[in-house]
Amino acid sequence: MPNDKNYFYIPQIKKRNQKATLFKATTLLAIIFSISFLIFFLVDIVRAGYPAFTQTYIQMDVNINEEVVENPYSALKGKNLKIASRAWLRDLPNLIKENPSWMNTTQTLWVLANSEVDQYVKGKESRTHERERVYVDELRADGKVERKFNTIFMTTGDSKIPENSGIYASIVGTVLTIIVTMVIAFPIGVMTAIYLEEFAPDNRWTQVVEVNINNLAAIPSILFGLLGLAIFINFFGVPRSSPLVGGMTLALMCLPVIIVSSKAALKSVPSSIRQAGFGLGLTKWQIVRDHVLPLAMPGIMTGSIISIAHALGETAPLIIVGMIAFVPDAATSFTDASTVLPAQIFTWAGMPEKAYLERTAAGIMVLLVVLLSLNAVAVYLRRKFERKW
Amino acid sequence: MSTQTLYLIFFGGLFPLMFLGYILGRQKAIVMRSQGIKMHSQPDQYGWFSALYTGLPIIMIGVCGVFLYLFGFRAIPASLLVAASLGVGALSLALLIKSIKASTKARDLVEDLINGMLIGASLVSVLTTFGILLSIIFEALQFFKMQSFFNFLFGLEWAPDTAFLEGAGRADAHAAEAKFGAVPIFAGTFYITVIAMFVAIPVGLLSAIFMSEYASSKVRAQVKPFLEILAGIPTVVYGFFAALTVAPLVVKVCNFVGLEAQYQNALSSGIVMGIMIIPFISSLSDDVISSVPQSMRNGAYALGMNQAETIRFVVLPSAMPGIIASMLLAVSRALGETMIVVMAAGLRPNLTLNPLEDMTTVTVKIVEALTGDQEFNNPLTLSAFALGLVLFVVTLVINIISVSTIRSFHRKYKVSTL
Repeated sequence: MPNDKNYFYIPQIKKRNQKATLFKATTLLAIIFSISFLIFFLVDIVRAGYPAFTQTYIQMDVNINEEVVENPYSALKGKNLKIASRAWLRDLPNLIKENPSWMNTTQTLWVLANSEVDQYVKGKESRTHERERVYVDELRADGKVERKFNTIFMTTGDSKIPENSGIYASIVGTVLTIIVTMVIAFPIGVMTAIYLEEFAPDNRWTQVVEVNINNLAAIPSILFGLLGLAIFINFFGVPRSSPLVGGMTLALMCLPVIIVSSKAALKSVPSSIRQAGFGLGLTKWQIVRDHVLPLAMPGIMTGSIISIAHALGETAPLIIVGMIAFVPDAATSFTDASTVLPAQIFTWAGMPEKAYLERTAAGIMVLLVVLLSLNAVAVYLRRKFERKW
Repeated sequence: MSTQTLYLIFFGGLFPLMFLGYILGRQKAIVMRSQGIKMHSQPDQYGWFSALYTGLPIIMIGVCGVFLYLFGFRAIPASLLVAASLGVGALSLALLIKSIKASTKARDLVEDLINGMLIGASLVSVLTTFGILLSIIFEALQFFKMQSFFNFLFGLEWAPDTAFLEGAGRADAHAAEAKFGAVPIFAGTFYITVIAMFVAIPVGLLSAIFMSEYASSKVRAQVKPFLEILAGIPTVVYGFFAALTVAPLVVKVCNFVGLEAQYQNALSSGIVMGIMIIPFISSLSDDVISSVPQSMRNGAYALGMNQAETIRFVVLPSAMPGIIASMLLAVSRALGETMIVVMAAGLRPNLTLNPLEDMTTVTVKIVEALTGDQEFNNPLTLSAFALGLVLFVVTLVINIISVSTIRSFHRKYKVSTL
């Protein structure tokens, strides 16, 4: 381009524009990095976790007699005993009790395989002996090996036997904990927000409370665990490991999130509504109760759901208040020892047996599905009830 | 009588009494008004008035009773307390109903009580901060009675294993003395945080620039949920991912280039922690960058700058205080992060600069000291609170600085999101 014709020609312009394109490409790369990490992460977890939703069963002849009720391990012989699950055998006397007609017969049953055989059938690393592998392969050729949907995973609690462990107890614990959290955090959080937004005079004290709430939101969660341990457990004597103490600890952690989102929701209600209320002679509380609060409710609910999702995934403070105890049975009250799903994931992740690995990943899949659907509900509520004044 | 039945009786008495108060108070006001007397308030406000002020003494006595029991004062049997509180409630109900006159300012009294309740609720969050502070300081002081404060902050060796024996009174004269020098732990925490920031700051900041400057609103709406999902993944899941996938990957890559790495290494937990923090930095910086006024960009365009130059020489410098504040918040987040380092960084206090070795952090040591059954009389358990105190002070200072910076930044540009 001859530069005597274009007065705006700048010699560096090409280089500068190249640099600009490069800069834009870098920022795009950063976004692509984040998204591709997310996809890689999800694929990795699903790949590790989906085999846990099936479990290997093997068709075997089981001898049933009086001796079996006393010593279930005598029901199977030789190689069959080696590949069957000890947990299934231990439960055999109960099965016999339910079916009295089986006594002194030989039944052909689908027997739960132990975790090592299960891993072998799923084509993973396994410590099964060569002889058993050959035997299992023979059985498989006869169509006596089957992978069925894993109901055990959904219906039992933790166990030291991998094939017998499940997430039911921890899900019950999680539900109880979250109930306690919400019963405490929701009313207190909303009341605080109402006070700060509608009632409080703008003075020193109110500012202290607001600054304090902002700081509370950024305090590391593990320190809430220290509070729970020192005050709730050691001082007030709340039972350790119980959903009660876990829920109380999480409630304090959730408070700032609920307060901040409720305040924003209350703020978005236009003041003309309040003015109209005053004009009709209502008191402040009547205006808030009958007009402002109902209008702000969708926003408050959205914030609360997001804080529930936050609390659901929280692990560190719950470990400190003892919710990683080995709990095979589901809790029946708020003061029973219990565990929660993230803590269960943490415990399984530390287990040496390979079979726990896929259960950990499967537990994570369940947790993520719950969290994502909670977030989806929050987004839906926000979209549906969002109102431009 | 079991505690549960007592609670049942307490609440079983409280709510019907309050309901009765509402009905009777309202009824009396209606009757009075129908006689042509001019009342101060509406009938249902008299109802609320008698209901709330019936419940108040009952709950007060109940709460006082619970506290008396907690502090070991058990001279009055619990069943008597419940009976007394309900009796007082019934008495005050009768007195209230009797005292309702035309001049009773039910409306104002209800408003006062509700205002008091709301103030009480807002006290909870303040009490929580004090609760954290007091519980940590109290136990940390116990620790510093046994161990020197100076050694804790500046000692180079952390070897607390024999402390458990001392606590149990089985100390051996020959056993080595327990050492609580926290420098290796602080160094590990700091090092992993630095690695995390090396990942999080460039990616987070560049993403924020893309989202706020380049992306159309349509692209924004599609990309934002992905970042939100990234932010919503629980840390225990990141920890599992770091230990299961990233750590072996790091070891493999290191072996390939001829380096030796351990399976628990600072690098993998740092990288994953950095990824966890990306959405945090990007959303905060996004807010800050978006609040830079459009007129500044227009001025730069008028001087002949292209978009990238405008961003680099005008937008970013003026957004810098806010961006730095958001990075500080991210640092405090990384310092307090627990699950990733517990699962992937290791337990051994290791004073080294090699990121391929295992390291430990403050949070890991807190978790390690407080899991399992331990008594509160030995320094190993109490050391968790000393470490917690350091963590609390450091994160609090960082938070205060960054929140006030962000606030003054927003005030400068007349936008308020925080």
